[in-house]
Amino acid sequence: MSNLIELFAYDFFVKAFLAAVFASISCGIIGGYIVSRRIVFVSGGITHASFGGIGLAFLLGFNPLLGAVLFAVMSALGIQFFTKVAHVREDSSIAIWWSLGMALGIIFVFLTPGYTPNLMSYLFGNILTVTISELVWMFILNVVIILFFAFYFRKILYIAFDEEFARAAGLPVSLFNYLTITLIALTVVLNIRVVGIILILSLLTIPQATANLFTKDFRKMLVLSSVFAFIGTISGLFFSYYLDIPSGAAIIFTLVIIFALLRLYKHFFK
Amino acid sequence: MDALIKIENLSVGYDKQPVLHNVNLEIFENDFLGVIGPNGGGKTTLLKAILGLLKPMKGKIIFREDMRMKKKPIGYLPQVKHIDKNFPITVYEVVRSGSLMKNPKKINTREVKQKVEWLLTEMGVSDIRDKAIGELSGGQMQRVFLCRALLSDPKILILDEPDTFVDNRFEGELYERLKMLNQEMAIVLVSHDVGTISSYVKTIACVNDSLHYHPDNIITQDQLDSYNCPIKIITHGEIPHTVLKRHE
Repeated sequence: MSNLIELFAYDFFVKAFLAAVFASISCGIIGGYIVSRRIVFVSGGITHASFGGIGLAFLLGFNPLLGAVLFAVMSALGIQFFTKVAHVREDSSIAIWWSLGMALGIIFVFLTPGYTPNLMSYLFGNILTVTISELVWMFILNVVIILFFAFYFRKILYIAFDEEFARAAGLPVSLFNYLTITLIALTVVLNIRVVGIILILSLLTIPQATANLFTKDFRKMLVLSSVFAFIGTISGLFFSYYLDIPSGAAIIFTLVIIFALLRLYKHFFK
Repeated sequence: MDALIKIENLSVGYDKQPVLHNVNLEIFENDFLGVIGPNGGGKTTLLKAILGLLKPMKGKIIFREDMRMKKKPIGYLPQVKHIDKNFPITVYEVVRSGSLMKNPKKINTREVKQKVEWLLTEMGVSDIRDKAIGELSGGQMQRVFLCRALLSDPKILILDEPDTFVDNRFEGELYERLKMLNQEMAIVLVSHDVGTISSYVKTIACVNDSLHYHPDNIITQDQLDSYNCPIKIITHGEIPHTVLKRHE
């Protein structure tokens, strides 16, 4: 135990701990929304498309997270546009943006002169190298998400559950949809450093699946998802430290183990 | 007396492609209108137009003066297939979401809560208030959505294929309830199977490409044929008449 506490003497570990807290809250809430609304695939598309922005940032030499935000938001709007205006089937238009972003990313990275040492940490995440400014942005995102969901909780819930009814009641459904898709894009991008592009979908779905084992109430599900995300992230962080394995993968593995154990528990004891 | 809703020469549909042409219809207080017609004939399209979800391409929908608020006093029960039964939402929240249909000025949280409680009790679903929507039987779900529709004190209650929620045993229960509600509000009931409803409804509208209004609940095969309404009628004696879907 004293070993654990000693870890907090390290600056990098304190930052990693804070990153875990912020990632758990934002991914817990946003993931709960995504899963309930069945837009996991859209979120996957946005996530992977953001790789194009990271590649572009490498090539032109600006902050990769900025490039990721740019591409994430662009693909979110692009998917909407393809589906609603150009009448491409939704799953196809998601796949198009998903692969287009990845392809552009690969091209940009290839064109970037020299070796790109950080590339792996964007693809698979490294919670141990999160910087102070990234933490500040994550904190701001958390505040925005919590305030948005606290103030508009029922409206968000009712639109998510029955969009048509909300439209008939004159709620600004499209505005809410654009706001939430923007929050999804921002959540994905700011948490890329924690578990990486390839693995972030897991933080948005596995804790939610675990929470869903115990509650069918939207509010409780958002809170429980954050709790399970936190337990998984922190345990994964310790495993990665003690076993000297990549943090992103360790976190995902822990999340799945927690889900599997609790699912089995429910099967045998309830 | 003016009609609650007056539809004049309405053409409406999707993507500039009208599904309904030149519809004329008036809905009065205490009407109990059965809307019948083949699948794809435009029944749901008509409802969407009334609910304001589809803009008229031609013609207009005129609401009576006391209906002309931002949120129309219309209660709406959707088709069961449009409900995501895996969504993590409780019965209580589904009913409470009916408050969306209330006009902001009138929303008083305490009153809303009291009304939710009253409706849950009245419909006999109070004991399942904390259950998830996916755990309910068809009959329970139907009553929960009826609660939601009634929360905003509608002047018109619109039900889209409510019989698809339940099997025949529970249908009668619903129609008895609607008969009671009809004393306080107009009811528009959409069904592709008029077999059970024709003895409850007062008037019938046949929707297929356009709308043919029939000012009582007796309708003959000849009339349906001339309306271009491909629905088969089976007649049992005098009244009530039974109108059934054409056998495949």
